[in-house]
Amino acid sequence: MTETAIEVKGLRFEWVAGEPVLDIPSFVVARGERVFLEGPSGSGKSTLLGLIGGVLPPREGSVRVLGTDLGKLPSTARDRFRADHIGFVFQMFNLLPYLGVLDNVVLPASFSVRRRERAGDVLAEARRLLDALGIGDPGLLSRDVGRLSIGQQQRVAVARALLGRPDVLIADEPTSALDAGTREAFLELLMSECRATGTTLLFVSHDTALGSLFDRSLGLGAVNRAGRARQAA
Amino acid sequence: MTPLLGLAAKSLWSRRITAGLTVFSIGVSVMLLLAVEKVRSEARESFASTISGTDLIVGARGGPVNLLLYSVFRIGEPTTNVSWRSYRMVASHPDVAWAIPISLGDSHRGFRVVGTSTGYFEHFRYGRKRSLAFETGRPFEALYEAVLGADVARTLGYAIGDEITVAHGIGEVSFVNHAEHPFRVTGILAPTATPVDRAVHVSVEAVSAIHAPWQPGGQDRPAAGTPAPPPSLTAEPHGPTPPIEAGGHDHGHETLHERVEVDAARPASSPPQDGQADYPTERGPAPTGITAFLVGMKTPVATLQMQRALNEYRDEPLLAIMPGVTLQQLWQVVGIGDRALLVIAACVVLAGLTGMVTALLTSLNERRREMAVLRSVGARPAHVFALLVLESGLLASAGAMLGVLLAWTGLRVGEPLLERRFGLFFDLTAPSGYDLAVTGVVIAAGLCAGTLPAWRAYRNSLADGLSMRI
Repeated sequence: MTETAIEVKGLRFEWVAGEPVLDIPSFVVARGERVFLEGPSGSGKSTLLGLIGGVLPPREGSVRVLGTDLGKLPSTARDRFRADHIGFVFQMFNLLPYLGVLDNVVLPASFSVRRRERAGDVLAEARRLLDALGIGDPGLLSRDVGRLSIGQQQRVAVARALLGRPDVLIADEPTSALDAGTREAFLELLMSECRATGTTLLFVSHDTALGSLFDRSLGLGAVNRAGRARQAA
Repeated sequence: MTPLLGLAAKSLWSRRITAGLTVFSIGVSVMLLLAVEKVRSEARESFASTISGTDLIVGARGGPVNLLLYSVFRIGEPTTNVSWRSYRMVASHPDVAWAIPISLGDSHRGFRVVGTSTGYFEHFRYGRKRSLAFETGRPFEALYEAVLGADVARTLGYAIGDEITVAHGIGEVSFVNHAEHPFRVTGILAPTATPVDRAVHVSVEAVSAIHAPWQPGGQDRPAAGTPAPPPSLTAEPHGPTPPIEAGGHDHGHETLHERVEVDAARPASSPPQDGQADYPTERGPAPTGITAFLVGMKTPVATLQMQRALNEYRDEPLLAIMPGVTLQQLWQVVGIGDRALLVIAACVVLAGLTGMVTALLTSLNERRREMAVLRSVGARPAHVFALLVLESGLLASAGAMLGVLLAWTGLRVGEPLLERRFGLFFDLTAPSGYDLAVTGVVIAAGLCAGTLPAWRAYRNSLADGLSMRI
């Protein structure tokens, strides 16, 4: 088993020819590491996460996750790899509005055998995660997800992302819709759950104040030459 | 696939108003298609059994459809009559179970008068071998008695005991009115949803009597020439089918020809002739010619042999048809409209499915986030594609089932009315093969139609990836 969770090398990516969004010579996240990556909107964060998540194929350079070169996998295999190894939490609208809380949390088990097996009793594991995140109250579980507060929705999303212990959790501005008090509590829960499951955390946000809570904090501008060039221009 | 099916169902449930409307529109279109086909096949069935239980209809030689039209549907006129002698000859044939004369040409206030025998009420069958029933009263017995079809009695407001007069010709207004011979209504038939409802039934003797004034006892009867011996269709009793051998070859031709001409002119006194030696004179003057006659045979084989014998009969140009066969031919002509109806119904199903595709396509934009969430939890673009196809499959299935239910309920509710007004009967015990085929085709079409929004969603989810910001 390799010690690096994410390894990006010589990556260049452009949506429009001649306008590179990403130009990253090297970016490495170790296993179990909790990394804070800061970057303003439009700095290519989502594109980078799409590449690490295996949704976008790298055209130049390599993206290795858990030692697997995603660029060498066909798109279906990349999708499978993502389903098996990576959990996602987004800024908002993480949940399917037509599913209940528990149904939302167990969703990854429908698409990944590995995560279903690692979760064991899927429903029990979902309840355990929700409990650990402080939203295990039966009254909450029966509620329509659309009627939960944003903070509660985000915690449900974390429970879902952690179900079946994925190796990597990617959080894309998960706290930006939360107020300061809720944000602290949310981050603490997220950290402790990642620590408990040994999950590598890549946390992306424009809010630099959060950086101190992580093992390592760096700006996307420091790793992405394209962003620097654009900012300079 | 199972979790996807659950997702599709829950996703549809979350949009239950639009999904419900889509299901409803597909349901209505499927109902229409099924009901049109049910009514169409039943109408064909009902048309084919406007007359049933009658093996042969015999008339003057001409077109089979024409014979059927004037003898059963009372549309049009025969060019010539059939001699009473030929009728008697067939009626007395050993293979013939029964024969009923039909004599047309008169009317009562726009309704056709049918001269026939009481055997008509006994042997005539329509629909699924249903016999005529009397709503009230009894068959005619005396000469100037009449039995009315249900429509005649209802439209003209007649009751038992009323007196009606018969006019020559078939128009609403006639210049020749047989007013001196009023008929008393003795019976009214139950509705049959066939031309029987629109007929005034009297005895064939009465038809002769109003054209040839007659007094009981035969004073008015002009001396008929030497009565010919009754003609015979019987020849060799041991043969399986007795060949037709017109009796009285020596004079038969002449008198038959004479009679045809005489009948066509319908003179005030038509002399009864051949074949009437055994005629019960107290019932009225024997008819000389009739329009056609219905025959019931004892065996199906005998039917074919009799038909052939009559069509080849040399002494009088006759035509014998099997009503079922000719009705089918006629249906080829009149059935065009209902095929058009079926095509229209099929187009409505197409419109229903198009509506479904439209609804799904419109919803796709607001569902891009949903697709991105699915992708983030591990769904492949193929899953997104399958989800949309499953959704349209579910919508089409629900619509098809609703359609079957609606058609079934509608026909069940409308059955009494359809039966009374149009004589249509429905067998609604189990879904027919056609129902199942339509359901299957609609579901398959729904799945196929679903590939369009599914392809769009697939493309979207490839382009959007996990991006949530739209």
